[in-house]
Amino acid sequence: MKVKASPETAEKVITAGLIEVGAEPGDINREATFESLDVDSLDLVEIAQIVEDEFGVELVGDDVQNLKTVGDVIDMVVAKSA
Amino acid sequence: MSQRVVVTGTGAVTPLGVGGAALLDRWCEGTSGIEDGVAACRDFSPLDFLSRKEARRADRFTQLAIAAADEAIAEAGWDDGLPYAPERIGCVIGTGIGGIGSLESQGAVLREKGPKAVSPLAVPLMMGNAGAAALAMKFGLKGESFGVVSACAAGANAIGTAVRLVRSGQVDAVLTGGSESAMTGIAIAAFASMGATSPTGISRPFDARRDGFVMGEGAGVLVIESAESAEARGADVIGEILGYGATCDAHHLTAPDPAGDGSARAIALALSDAGITAGQLDYVNAHGTSTPLNDRSETEALKRALGAHAATIPVSSTKSVIGHLMGAAGAVEAVATIRSLRQGVAPPTVGWEEAEEGLDLDYVADGPRPLATRSGIPANGAGPSADRRLAISNSFGFGGHNAVLCLAAT
Repeated sequence: MKVKASPETAEKVITAGLIEVGAEPGDINREATFESLDVDSLDLVEIAQIVEDEFGVELVGDDVQNLKTVGDVIDMVVAKSA
Repeated sequence: MSQRVVVTGTGAVTPLGVGGAALLDRWCEGTSGIEDGVAACRDFSPLDFLSRKEARRADRFTQLAIAAADEAIAEAGWDDGLPYAPERIGCVIGTGIGGIGSLESQGAVLREKGPKAVSPLAVPLMMGNAGAAALAMKFGLKGESFGVVSACAAGANAIGTAVRLVRSGQVDAVLTGGSESAMTGIAIAAFASMGATSPTGISRPFDARRDGFVMGEGAGVLVIESAESAEARGADVIGEILGYGATCDAHHLTAPDPAGDGSARAIALALSDAGITAGQLDYVNAHGTSTPLNDRSETEALKRALGAHAATIPVSSTKSVIGHLMGAAGAVEAVATIRSLRQGVAPPTVGWEEAEEGLDLDYVADGPRPLATRSGIPANGAGPSADRRLAISNSFGFGGHNAVLCLAAT
């Protein structure tokens, strides 16, 4: 079931997910790229699982491949949960 | 003549502590790493060796391998950079079971949350070659690399395979060894169910009261190099792998051949590969699991392969103090054996008290003993040396796999 994500809650959940997969908390901001955070495709699958768990939003295939920054994923989660 | 293969670095993480020195020193003190019927690496903290990200991307068996490899790489003097082209360095790491802890925890996720919740890291964590893959990636080793799976012989089979790889001339060096961390619910229950583990939780190899092995975890890693390459770079050589012999019993799913035929043939092959005779051996590091069947058949095998010399060569089991490290055992015991030979000591079979009829070798029951040097002159061209000591290290696994390493150190 979908749960509406505000930009703030999406940011909070995604930041926690990034820390969980090993990103340095101090490096995480909207502009940070996944490359700069050393977040790879396996990490993004885990982030997608966390997002789905939290908001009922499924991030699959092309959705995820086009995401480059933390802001990109926050915006997509907010849009998809609306 | 094929390449001689030398050892330039060793590392171990065992229930006796982090580091090869802790292993031999505490063993000789008679300290046991077994508590409450299991032998865990209680002193090991993954974050001492790995970043948070690296640690969560490695099952505990891989984490242990990385810590042992760090020590071996440092001792070999490789920590400032590889001495050879990365393409000419291999990585061969054995394990009995691989990442069974990761498999079990993801099994629980599957049952509780469904397939979509299963971690994308599950496969790379649990695969049996994860140790080899992680070490190759960490140190940038781009030569031949794979895992070796032969139950409790895996560590010795891995090292033997690595020796052959160096001898083939395809590589200058190999990072090799074994790793295991399998004290999980299913594994503990399964070994108990088949009657392999000790119901009393006591490891007493070759003692009449022995009733099974004690599960342990740990890792042993060696840097081995062709003697020629090591000499050319001016490396400090700490030992040599003179020979390797491997056979199969083809007898039973789990039980060894009672006559020790397969293991005796492996011992004979290792000696012949080394170009030495039984009379030149100074020490035997036994498989000595503390199971009723192994310790009897291994004693038979030693008598068969070494003849009259079997009665006079000290034989001891590392498992008396660290339990059975399964796929790591052969590698950890190779590290312990090289250290024993260097220090000139036969470590004891701790806890041995009661003899059983037929189990009548010299199990070094009365504490550590100085090693006599019989004839440290291997016939394979390694060069004579009055204080060169020679040993074999035995490893046998469920499935009838037998692997024996013949080691030398000065």
